[in-house]
Amino acid sequence: MNKLILGRYFPGDSLIHRLDPRAKLISGIAFIFISFLAKNSQGLFLLWLFTFFVMSTTRVGFRAFFRGVRPLIWLILFTVFLQILFTAGGTIYFNWGPIKISEYGLANALFIFSRFVTIIVVTTAVTLTTKPMELTDGLTFLMRPLRILRVPVDELSMMLSIALRFIPNLLDEMQRIMDAQKARGAVFGEGSLFHQMKALVPIFLPLFSSSLNRGEELANVMDVRGYRSELPRSSFRRLIWKIKDTVCMLVILLLIAAFAVLNLI
Amino acid sequence: MKDLMIDVENVTFRYDRREQTDALSSVSFKAEKGKWLSVIGNNGAGKSTLAALLIGLIQPSQGTIRINGVALDEESKWTIRRSAGIVFQNPDNQFIGATVQDDVAFGLENLNVPADQMRLRVTEALETVGMLNYRTADPTQLSGGQKQRVAIAGVLALRPDLLILDEAFVMLDPRSRRELLATLKRLKTERDLTILSITHDMNEAAASDRILVLKQGHVARSDTPAHIFSEETELAAPFSERLRRLLLKKGRRAPESYRTESEMVQWLCD
Repeated sequence: MNKLILGRYFPGDSLIHRLDPRAKLISGIAFIFISFLAKNSQGLFLLWLFTFFVMSTTRVGFRAFFRGVRPLIWLILFTVFLQILFTAGGTIYFNWGPIKISEYGLANALFIFSRFVTIIVVTTAVTLTTKPMELTDGLTFLMRPLRILRVPVDELSMMLSIALRFIPNLLDEMQRIMDAQKARGAVFGEGSLFHQMKALVPIFLPLFSSSLNRGEELANVMDVRGYRSELPRSSFRRLIWKIKDTVCMLVILLLIAAFAVLNLI
Repeated sequence: MKDLMIDVENVTFRYDRREQTDALSSVSFKAEKGKWLSVIGNNGAGKSTLAALLIGLIQPSQGTIRINGVALDEESKWTIRRSAGIVFQNPDNQFIGATVQDDVAFGLENLNVPADQMRLRVTEALETVGMLNYRTADPTQLSGGQKQRVAIAGVLALRPDLLILDEAFVMLDPRSRRELLATLKRLKTERDLTILSITHDMNEAAASDRILVLKQGHVARSDTPAHIFSEETELAAPFSERLRRLLLKKGRRAPESYRTESEMVQWLCD
């Protein structure tokens, strides 16, 4: 069960694994915008080419990426079908009342499908190759300018990293409570929806109360170890920007330039 | 006489004003620098309350606590915590960092120690507790005992003068308990570290310099292990003392007073 949530990180030593989390985050966000630049068939081809390039460089295996797409597949298909059925324009292949299958509709659907899938794949590549802690560090760094607006960036990052740290503990605890309830004859995952939800109450109540206890103890420990949010703290983990990170940024810039050229032609 | 590390004078504490009894009432004791003081007592005797008071988590209703000559209050507790640390019983809720080395560094980060110096101190502390090979491990990969070692390393990284152990070894197996105690004993002599250990383990208490017996919030006794164990018959005595009493009961020749384990072995062999 632990592997489920934290399992998003896939240990490895590929080029993408070794990139700075900041470079990966910026590239991931940039790619979301880039995917909207694909407006013709060459653009589409380039989009997929880049996506496959990223997928193979992570050396994670394609299956992990399919797992990333799977939970969203119904949303993607729904949008694609809406596009196919309700967009008019160009040659019309099929017409029945308000439903029209047209050339534009099919083309639009293809673009939207590609955009969805490539964005999911590329962002999955970021989370698959970056440890949650590194991701937090990267986010903290990128959010730094918000300090001017008095956003408590360091506190937020501390909260995020502690939350990540305790996910496995909470899952363990939930498993323990469920086992304890099962041993006393409770049945989970059976009966009507209402019944199933009711069966969860005796799990979440103890889980909630023990989390509060845990939180209090943790706060005490942080206190005695001298944590004071109002004072400056140094950081043990350091992000080091390397040449390959600059190269990664250049690749993204190159991609943008390529799309600009393709759209001008 | 050596300097005093802990000086507790007439400390009284009550969790709730509505309650009739104090958790601790007029407790006084002293601990010299570089000594190992064990605190024993039944559940509810106020042992953990004492630990929380000493590190400044709670403030006494009456009385004063001096740590290394500084009176402990809301202001000075931050200074005192720079050179004093506590390890609690539950290993999971003390692990703050994502990995072993991050957790050990947490206290140093709070003190704004520069990164390169931090690395040095983290390595040193992990080496002391024998966890250097696990430095990049995350808590899910560690046993309770290993997490407890990391917690101790987290305090040692501060290069403290005072280490408080609040039943820190309860979750450890006997072997790692022995190993850690030996390590701490070595640090005690090498660095003049003062250790206050709250414990149920009579063998551990027997090996300390002094024992403080708490009973319902009062200091019942404060003496050397030898005196305490040969006179307090209520306490579950350490192995050597049990052996001595057994020998006496059987009418055999036995030492007149309490002996530590090694002394007992010596005596038996003579």
